Amino acid sequence: MAEKDSKDTSRRSFLHDGLWGISMAALGSLAGFAFSRTAKEKTVWQIDPYKCTCCGKCTTECVLALSAVKCVHVYAMCGYCELCTGYFDPDPHELDTGAENQLCPTGAIIRTFIEDPYYSYAIDEDLCNGCGKCVKGCNAFGNGSLFLQIRHNLCVNCNKCAIAAACPSQAIKKVPADEPYILKQVG
Amino acid sequence: MRRKDLLMTILGVILCLTAIAAGQTRRFPPPDFQSGYEMPTTETPPPDADFYEYIAVAVLAAALGVGTYFIFVKRSRKYAWALMIFSLAFFGFWRMGCVCPIGATQNMAVSMFDPGYAVPITVLIIFLLPLALSLFHGRVFCGTVCPLGAIQDVVLLKPLSVPFWLESSLRLLGYLYLGLALVLAITGAGFIICQYDPFVSFFRLSGNFGVLAIGGAFLIMGVFIGRPYCRFLCPYGILLRQLSRLSKWKVKISPDECVKCRLCEDSCPFGAIRKPTGEASSEELAARKKILAVLILLFPFIVLAGGFGGSQISGLLSRSHHDVRLADRIYLEESGQVEGTTDESEAFRGTGESIESLYELSAEIQAEFSRGSWILGGFIGLVIGGTLIKHTIRRNSDEYLADAGDCLACGRCFEYCPRERLRLSKLQEDKQVLYG
Ligand code: SF4
Ligand code: SF4
Ligand code: SF4
Ligand code: SF4
Repeated sequence: MAEKDSKDTSRRSFLHDGLWGISMAALGSLAGFAFSRTAKEKTVWQIDPYKCTCCGKCTTECVLALSAVKCVHVYAMCGYCELCTGYFDPDPHELDTGAENQLCPTGAIIRTFIEDPYYSYAIDEDLCNGCGKCVKGCNAFGNGSLFLQIRHNLCVNCNKCAIAAACPSQAIKKVPADEPYILKQVG
Repeated sequence: MRRKDLLMTILGVILCLTAIAAGQTRRFPPPDFQSGYEMPTTETPPPDADFYEYIAVAVLAAALGVGTYFIFVKRSRKYAWALMIFSLAFFGFWRMGCVCPIGATQNMAVSMFDPGYAVPITVLIIFLLPLALSLFHGRVFCGTVCPLGAIQDVVLLKPLSVPFWLESSLRLLGYLYLGLALVLAITGAGFIICQYDPFVSFFRLSGNFGVLAIGGAFLIMGVFIGRPYCRFLCPYGILLRQLSRLSKWKVKISPDECVKCRLCEDSCPFGAIRKPTGEASSEELAARKKILAVLILLFPFIVLAGGFGGSQISGLLSRSHHDVRLADRIYLEESGQVEGTTDESEAFRGTGESIESLYELSAEIQAEFSRGSWILGGFIGLVIGGTLIKHTIRRNSDEYLADAGDCLACGRCFEYCPRERLRLSKLQEDKQVLYG
């Protein structure tokens, strides 16, 4: 009986050691294989402004309480229009900064008089919620100098961006961390 | 006639003219400023430097090392608990949970199948370290380092015991979750482990209502049932469980020998302690042998049945992929079965891509899903068959043991053991002798 027991145990420990070795080897080759494909540099999520359709999901889907997506302005593309269709409601009462005239629901766009007849438009990112209403307006009747981008000082770089999962235009992709923005080009 | 209307008309005229002239962009030329105004440049705040990722990896490695020391050498629940709280703060609230080894399972799976998908080296290490350690020291990661485990551990106040059969059955959910997550990740449908991570929204102190509610439900459940996510769902826990079974050194309730005093019997809130079995009667052994023979004969059929069952939900699963849903929608719109459009279909039409190629893509993805769901189903069959066989094989033991797969290395049971108390009081004495 004792002999059978010890045979049993030694068989068991042999099996055990074998499986242990196999698992170690499996982990090792997994590591090696994955290592051959690892990226040297970090990647981050970004919106392709040419694909984005300003659906509004960026405001609601981001895991942060206030979305990491903000409206971004490439000034060199802007016409500095007095009647900015990104700033004003399609039916403004007056061309002034009254809240009832503005498209932006949070009043995040700062309109400043530069010289006749030009006005500059800047985004207060503490207020912007990335809804893209202004972007839509600017694309429709303006130069398209306003567009949405994920701000990397705010984004926590989720393993899978929650907005990317919900984006109807599949506009969000991974980009290298040393070129973390896709800015529109003057063209 | 108001100014606004006039403006709009002028605007309209300009628009038409410029739109024709310039195609789509640049309707208004850049102004020629006279006042010396300088155009601001667009700010582009950079992401955190890689450096922080390496810190996280270093802290993970250190925490695993210290955790192993606390559980295997110090054998102290108090120290292990302190480390667990630190991990909860660091990996949970400071790092906000991302990337964690659990979610990294998906990245690893994708990189195996998609040569274009590169996993950052830090993610690779984060995924591998706890697994490698489990081959030596079991689930030290679960007990002392994992923030998801930690948040459940701190709410565990009134542990109830879960009957063994229920525990074994519920555990199947974890395998299902793992298999499903891998299929959905590899086919490109999404990362469900991240999407439905119940606790990460607590770590970020924000998140959508649905996920917060799931997390809340888990925590309320967790007051009475020790770490429900860990035991019944965690996909990474499944990997750790299997590797820990083979670990070189296992967590031991008693520091040396079990005296069968039964004091530790109910000390594990995770149902990981196995009682001594005693000698089996020859009738029992014979009966078990018979069941085993039947099970081994049935095994291939269980796997096949699983695969067949899986293949039945292939269509349903494939609908979780964006492109499949989109193709279905476009088809309905094209054939006039639905009115109107959705954000998705409008965006697709805006790109000007051909509908035919979308249909082709969708068909390809569906084929992938049908293969994937056969494998998923077969895998579940394999697990069910394997579990039945495992429970039929009798393992003799004449002491109280922590089951290597189930034990989360929390250290709770140690202090129940009189041999442990003896060890501690001896240590105390030695100290007194040494220091007077
Ligand atoms: S979810 Fe996609 S389409 Fe919608 S606003 Fe964000 S990037 Fe644009
Ligand atoms: S990665 Fe996360 S934090 Fe960043 S934009 Fe996407 S959901 Fe928001
Ligand atoms: S089972 Fe999963 S969630 Fe639980 S502690 Fe282990 S890795 Fe973390
Ligand atoms: S260390 Fe003890 S109490 Fe903790 S999980 Fe393992 S067996 Fe259970």
